[in-house]
Amino acid sequence: MARSTRNSRRQFLAKTGNVIAAGGLAAALPLLARAQAKPMTVGFLYTGVRQDYGWNQAHAVAARQIAKLDGVKLLEQENVPETAESEKVMESMIRLDGARVLFPTSFGFWPFIMKTAPKFPEVLFVHAGGLWKEGDPKNTIGYRGYMEEPHYLCGVTAGRMSKTGKIGFIGAKPLYFIFNNCNGFVLGARSINPKITCQVVITGDWNNPVKEAEAVNSLVDQGVDVIVGNCDSPKVVIETAERRGIYSCGYHTDLSALAPKGFLTGAEWNWGKGADFVRAWQTQGPYPNLLRGGFKRDMVKLSPFGAAVPEPVRAEVLKTRQALADDKLALYRGPLKDNEGNTILKAGETIDNEDNKFKLGVKFLVEGAIGKTGLAR
Amino acid sequence: MRGRAEAAAITAGALLAALALFALFLRANGLDPLAVYAVLWLGGFGTPFSLQATLTQAAPLMLTALCTAIPARAGMLVIGGEGALVAGGVFAVLAGVAAAGLPAALGTFAICAAGAAAGAAWIAMAGALKHFRGVNETISTLLLNYIAVALLNHLVSGPMRDPAVSLKATSWSIPQASMVGTLPDIGVHWGLAFGVIACLIAFALLKYTVFGFSVGVLGGNPRAAQLVGLPIGRLTLLACGLGGAAAGLAGAVEIVAVHGAASSSLAVGFGYSGILVAFLARQNPLAIVFFAVLVGGISASGGLMQRRFDMPDAATQVLQGIIFLCVLASNALYGRIKLFRERGVAG
Amino acid sequence: MNPGELGWWGVAIAVLGGAIRISTPYLFVSLAETLTEKSGRVNLGLEGTLLMGAMSGYGVSYLTGSPWLGVAAAAGAGAAFGLLHAALCNLPRVNDVAVGIALFIFGTGLAFFLGKPFVQPQAPRLPVFALGGFIDMPAIRAALEVSPLFFAGIAVAFAMRWAFVNTRWGLIVRAVGDNAEAARTAGYPVNLTRTMATATGGLFAGVAGAFLSLSYPGTWAEGLSSGQGLMAVTLVIFARWNPLNCFWVSLFFGGASALGPALQTVGVTTYYYLIGAAPYALTLALLIASSSRRHRLIGAPGELSINR
Repeated sequence: MARSTRNSRRQFLAKTGNVIAAGGLAAALPLLARAQAKPMTVGFLYTGVRQDYGWNQAHAVAARQIAKLDGVKLLEQENVPETAESEKVMESMIRLDGARVLFPTSFGFWPFIMKTAPKFPEVLFVHAGGLWKEGDPKNTIGYRGYMEEPHYLCGVTAGRMSKTGKIGFIGAKPLYFIFNNCNGFVLGARSINPKITCQVVITGDWNNPVKEAEAVNSLVDQGVDVIVGNCDSPKVVIETAERRGIYSCGYHTDLSALAPKGFLTGAEWNWGKGADFVRAWQTQGPYPNLLRGGFKRDMVKLSPFGAAVPEPVRAEVLKTRQALADDKLALYRGPLKDNEGNTILKAGETIDNEDNKFKLGVKFLVEGAIGKTGLAR
Repeated sequence: MRGRAEAAAITAGALLAALALFALFLRANGLDPLAVYAVLWLGGFGTPFSLQATLTQAAPLMLTALCTAIPARAGMLVIGGEGALVAGGVFAVLAGVAAAGLPAALGTFAICAAGAAAGAAWIAMAGALKHFRGVNETISTLLLNYIAVALLNHLVSGPMRDPAVSLKATSWSIPQASMVGTLPDIGVHWGLAFGVIACLIAFALLKYTVFGFSVGVLGGNPRAAQLVGLPIGRLTLLACGLGGAAAGLAGAVEIVAVHGAASSSLAVGFGYSGILVAFLARQNPLAIVFFAVLVGGISASGGLMQRRFDMPDAATQVLQGIIFLCVLASNALYGRIKLFRERGVAG
Repeated sequence: MNPGELGWWGVAIAVLGGAIRISTPYLFVSLAETLTEKSGRVNLGLEGTLLMGAMSGYGVSYLTGSPWLGVAAAAGAGAAFGLLHAALCNLPRVNDVAVGIALFIFGTGLAFFLGKPFVQPQAPRLPVFALGGFIDMPAIRAALEVSPLFFAGIAVAFAMRWAFVNTRWGLIVRAVGDNAEAARTAGYPVNLTRTMATATGGLFAGVAGAFLSLSYPGTWAEGLSSGQGLMAVTLVIFARWNPLNCFWVSLFFGGASALGPALQTVGVTTYYYLIGAAPYALTLALLIASSSRRHRLIGAPGELSINR
């Protein structure tokens, strides 16, 4: 009995040895490469709850896609605060659950990723933010779509649909991507109606339903009739806008169901690229440390149009979308002034849509936006 | 001796009752209580990493619990640990930046001292309001909590903001050299040592000194204290000041051992959890160490429970609430259990 | 007047609208706490009760399609928590402030635990009365869209005031709250009275929660309540334990809450955190000004543990 086992084991080892030898060739063949993907535990950290109709839900959608990959086991933890505690959560997933790829999805996790990544070189940390720079640990990725592009399209729609010539932007915190989104919204609207103004309100919290509702109400009282809300869950903003009878644009995910009458369109993420990173880590393939893109790289989406948007406007918006996807339209183009009178770009100057350094350094709001960033230039 | 045994037995009974009630709750939600408790143990105490996480959670709780426990001896119900911690954190940053030129050890000392002093002043304010104006300290410290957090957010987004940090409104950083590291062998920062030492000092102070005795008289029988001529004002201010100093030190520790700068992550509820720990420990500083570790363990294991059972993360709050309610209810049993009664006293 | 050029008038309208919109939960929790404290107990756990009410209201409205059933469920959940508070405090040597804090933790945790499935769906909301229907300006019209619960709150305030002064029941509550020994000697059931008062208080707090989730802002999410339940204690002091004053105090706090976002729309963007803290600082100032070493606060029930 023992002999036959030993023999069969030897045979087994011999056979696998052959397979491993052939593995070198297999890397060139995608089919075999997938079969060799190591089983991997992937952990998602959310700053809120997954069903929030907002930021976290967008990531949860990607998490479901990743869970379908071969050999992937998905772990999720919600309500992880953006403090040092997140380091403990990441370590807990790595040590106690054996996670090898982590998706700390909130923007504020970055400094804690910086501290944790060097300790665990066998783990890949994928962050939803575009902050990676040379010198940062190689096992980290920063990836984030340029949401200012779909915001530009929302602005175009708003420019066509607004009757009062006043639109509104509600932002959660004074951070660079909020400013870029606001600028995109205003620039898009102004490309249709150069006299349009945009009232900007910063609530100060990622998540504060009462403040967000109040912001909508006071904007509408000021005559605003198109609103977009950049907070973790724009559900309250859209619903309140609908109740006041004005138009609204969505953010993060498809919110059209919440405002059947007033929904125009929205800026959505496409976090699906995360699956590519997981596969790369599984097969030890190459991956980028920084991936940012707009429509050109299919990292952002436009929500379906609401019933209120007429056909000619839809066609115009889609044409503009194509221009962005073909890299024929620069969002920041001269002549461009900020809302305090300073010249940002002279006539003829443009900023490439993928100029990450410029976008990170945006501390201004463009002309037409009424509000302050609160940051010195 | 009898009293302490009684307290231990009743508290243990309350904890068991709480675990049983929570087990019923889990059952009602389709979860297996034993499996959940196994994971609770694993995530809180079962591995060296879990222990580290638990102790890291427990460290600030030991200090903020003293903010409730010490004034409680003087008969006051202070719930201002959160505000004192935040005040301590802000002043710790200010001291750290101001003392930038000094040698590192001195800088660290200055930071901790400044934090403790700020916290002491914050709660002593409430004590003064109580003594000189009769303002109820529970309400004043509650309001002071909100005011402290608002001031923190304002300072950190404006006057004290570090423009180089674009991620999140953060204050200036203290010099790297002033930061403290981790305790050897345990892998938790020095705040844990501060917490344990503070509790030991508080225990000794309250039990073996004249001050402690006077405070106890004031708390137990204010009229007697008045008749005997104790300096009530001074005792009130001192009790509040010491409690506030502990919570302020917790804030300084957050700066000097964890974050290096102040931001809204100072106000995450350590102060409020400290109130819970103080009540569970029946305001006894030694018991505070134990209950801080218990509450810290529950918090630390919350993430693992969430992941393994797809439970909402609010489950740890439910458990902590049930424990708190059971321990409070068990107060009624003191003096009622025959086993612990003095012999000869009529039943 | 061009509706777009409201400017500072827009701020005034926002404050008025906010005062009406946001005051209703404050009104209900302050009435709840007034009743509870008049009977001699402090309930710091109203925040947990409020959230349980918000969650049950939203959930039941979603499951049954009727927001009014949701309000009923919220009232029931609130009353249950009130009963729990009272039952624990009736035990000897149990401190009511501590029980309140424990219920705050328990109620908040339970609400978010059970309420997780309700974060995404949209529940039918309570209707509103359009009081300003005849007014031309949309801004003022919107500010005057009032929930029926607002009027219910006013009715309760009047009823409570009348009851305290004119009914036997009100007299018993006040007697029990002022001097428990004397009340007991007079044959009034102290514990039962306090139980009923606290339970009714819990009921009102539950309704306050239902307003938040079913009327304004009309959603169920974490972060729905920003401490309105805890504020109840300070609101009651402001109102000097008088139910009618609770109405004015709630309007004031509601308007103050709306001030921050409204100021931003006219360009006042700094100091938003300090503006948010203004109500608390004002309450503290009021407390300092009106307290005295010698006598307790005017109107405060004698048995209240926080006043001894």
